[in-house]
This record gives sequence, structure tokens and C-alpha cells, in this order.
Amino acid sequence: MAIGINGTDYAAPEDPRVSLLDFLREQVGLTGTKLGCNQGACGACTVLLDDERVLSCLTLAVQVDGRKVRTIEGLADAQGDLHPLQVAFIKHDGFQCGYCTPGQICSALAMAEELRRGDPSHVTVDLAAGPEGPTRYEIAERMSGNLCRCGAHNGIVSAIEEMLQGDSA
Amino acid sequence: MKPFTYMRPTDGTEALSLAAMSKQARFLGGGTNLVDLMRQHVETPDELVDVTRLRGNIKETTSGGLLIGAAVRNSTLAAHPHVRQNFPVLSRALLSGASAQIRNMATVGGNIMQRTRCSYFYDVTGARCNKRNPGVGCDAIGGFTRYHAVLGASEHCVATHPSDMCVALAALDATVHVAGPDGDRSVPITEFHVLPGDHPEVETVLRSGELITAVEIPASTMAARSEYRKVRDRSSYAFALVSVAGAIEIAQGTIADVRIALGGVAAKPWRAARAEEFLRGKEVSHEQFLDAAESELAAARPLEGNRFKIELAKRTIAAVLGDLARDAA
Repeated sequence: MAIGINGTDYAAPEDPRVSLLDFLREQVGLTGTKLGCNQGACGACTVLLDDERVLSCLTLAVQVDGRKVRTIEGLADAQGDLHPLQVAFIKHDGFQCGYCTPGQICSALAMAEELRRGDPSHVTVDLAAGPEGPTRYEIAERMSGNLCRCGAHNGIVSAIEEMLQGDSA
Repeated sequence: MKPFTYMRPTDGTEALSLAAMSKQARFLGGGTNLVDLMRQHVETPDELVDVTRLRGNIKETTSGGLLIGAAVRNSTLAAHPHVRQNFPVLSRALLSGASAQIRNMATVGGNIMQRTRCSYFYDVTGARCNKRNPGVGCDAIGGFTRYHAVLGASEHCVATHPSDMCVALAALDATVHVAGPDGDRSVPITEFHVLPGDHPEVETVLRSGELITAVEIPASTMAARSEYRKVRDRSSYAFALVSVAGAIEIAQGTIADVRIALGGVAAKPWRAARAEEFLRGKEVSHEQFLDAAESELAAARPLEGNRFKIELAKRTIAAVLGDLARDAA
């Protein structure tokens, strides 16, 4: 087995103590994914595991053997053009220092899929019917696992809103 | 992190035999709590048995209840149509817990087995904790106790169980299915976690080598109108100060049946049996709800930093029951 990372296979580490985050940064050389709190409180290390958002700091690399990981480095297309959400983050000032950005963007991509599926959130009024739409309130609640200490949250929500509008157009 | 051996069994039987190889073995679910505790040297297993790939699904039982595999992820359970429709309190409780990323990782079994977030329990080098080192004392008592227990605590431990899901399961009369070296057994969720007493290091009735395999929720007409309200220091991604899971059945203006469970107040999800007893057969009114809450909280023993929880719990119980009664009318 192997861990598929952005389309390339890597052998899982020998030492089971290595987190997926440390594996990505220190063994694979993909330093886009960031280490924040290292205890599941900030979301900076968010990556996509089989298209679902997870925290790579609390995931042991050996646990994802045989599965597919996508990181911020895997979002641009083959020509190197940025993903529309990356473009929207730039347009709406969805960051300042940029440290939380890779986690924010990976998180938001999976969140868009959760919304499309009709998964409810804590603020969804009608549980059975699902979310009424991607309101700023819904987006903020669904992104609460990603902290931005620069306080760019309003820009982040705007960037995500733009991407979601693009999806439905 | 202390070195350990990692193993990934393909079925429950293999998981049990692998875990039987060491007294210090731990089953690994999503890792959102255990991996963190290992990094802090609170947990130092020599063997991790990864049970996240054991078959886990959600099945309707013949009676109209649900059988939920222990490896089912919290996000999957929260979004399940049957749960949203018939057991909304469970969806609501799950969705109020942690973050989307953590709910994607966390399993049902791991949610039940998660340990207290008492900061003194985590502070291996700086604080005494009877859970970590039985008999050494408790630095939480006399310390920062905003998040600590007001019900069922002891002079040895005042920690709370942090789960939201378990509070909903307690209100729903759920049962925990367990497999072990001595066979299978079932334990009501309300009896699964134990109060600290003289042995706060003992947190559940799970025996060495036993594995949670599923959670069963019985059919309930009441549960279709059930609610979870969580009061916390920020509106998302925070543990409960107080939470209330409730369900109510009203017939001709009187309370035919009611379920109330509290979170954030004790070492276990707290089924408010006294308040339920008080309310059965009574007329629906805000005063009755408050009196019922009063009867439950009469046993509360606050610490310096959490006296507010008693009043908060009473008002939250009354508010939840009031909401449910209005919807039922």
C-alpha cells in the first residue's frame, strides 16, 4: 500500500508516531500545509483525505495508508493556474499573514461539497430539509474550525461566497 | 511521544486478540483525543489497535430504532436522514460539538471513550491529578473551575465528561454494545460512565480488552420532537458550560412523558431522573419546568468558579422544555 498525495504515491513512514502533518512537511517536502497548535484547536493543518477535510496534526500518517490526500499544493491546475477559490481569496483579502490560508482553503473546498450534499450544520434551522443556502451565517459556522488570528474572517467568508455563487451559476 | 506498535485489524475478532497482547494496548479511533493525549504524555500506550476500518454502518432495527456501528464517523451520523428526522436531538448534539474537521475524524466509539478536557489532567508536569496518578491530589479543586462539575463530583475529582453526543444518547435511552475476551454484553449509556468517588482513574465500566462495537437507540415517538441546547463561552467550536438534551410528550395539556439529560455538569452524561419524575402527569407550565429543574439541581455542590452553572442549568432546562412544549401544542 501507499499514501497517495496530490496524485503521487509515497510509502508510509516506518515510525508510526509521525503525524500526517509532519510526514507531508518533513518527509515529502510539501510545506504548504501549516503547523499551528498541533492539538486540533486551530485548523491550520487541514488537508483533504479522500475529499473530506481532516486535521493532519492529529492523524497518524500510517492510518492513511491506502488513501488519498490532497494538499494546497494539489489545487492549481496542470498549467499552474490557481484554483478559483485561491483567486477569490486574493480578490477579497481573505488573508493577511497567510499562515492559516492553506488550511482555510482546503477546509472551504470540502465544506462546499458538504453544502452541495445538503448536510446540516449547527445553525441550520430545518434539520430534515437541510441548509437553505450558503448564507454568511452558515459559512461562518461551518468554517469555525479554522482560526485566523489576523482577523481576515470577513474576507474569507466573502471569498467562499463568491466561489459558491460560481458553482451554482 | 512514547514509541508504540501500530496494528490495523480487519475484523472485530482480530482487534480483540491484538489488544489482548498488552495491558497497555489502546484502541485507536479518529485519534482526535488519544493522539493529543499521547503527545502530552497523558496516555502512554505501547500498542495501538486501529479500529477505524472495521465495518461501521447505520442500520434501522426491526422495531424502528437504530443500530450504529462504533466506527461510524460523527459527521456521518449527524447527517444521516433517519437521525435528522427521528432523533433530531442526536444530530443537534453532534453538530454542536467540535469542528467539521474533527467530526469527520471522530468515531462514535471514540466519542464515548474521550477523556475529560480538565486542564489539570492535561498538565502532566505542572499539576497534580488523581485521574493520572491516583492518590496524589487534585489541583483543579481550588483552581480554575469554570468548566468543572457541580453534580456527582468527589473530593478527589471534579472533572466533567466533554461529550455532547453522549448527552443526547442518555436522553434517548441508548445502549452500548461491547465485545470482549469474555464475550459480548450491553450496557445502558447512563451506566457506562461512572462517577469519580474514591477512584477517578476509573471512568467507565469497560473492562480490560473490551471494545465498543455499536450503539443502539430504541424506537421512540417522543424523540422525533427532541432538542439539544448547548451554552458555551463562544458560539461555535467550544465545550459546553451546560447543555440540555430534552424530549417531551404531552397529552391533553399534561406531561405524559419526558426525557432530560445534562452535559457539562458531571463526570458522565447526567440523566435528570428526578426532574423527569417530578414532571410526569403535571400540567405544562414554565413554573413546573423550573421547579423540576430545581429538584434536580438541589443536589448540586458548586466550586468557587462554577456556581453559575446551577442557575444556568435550571434556566436551560426550563427553556428547552418550554420550546418543546410550544412545538407540541
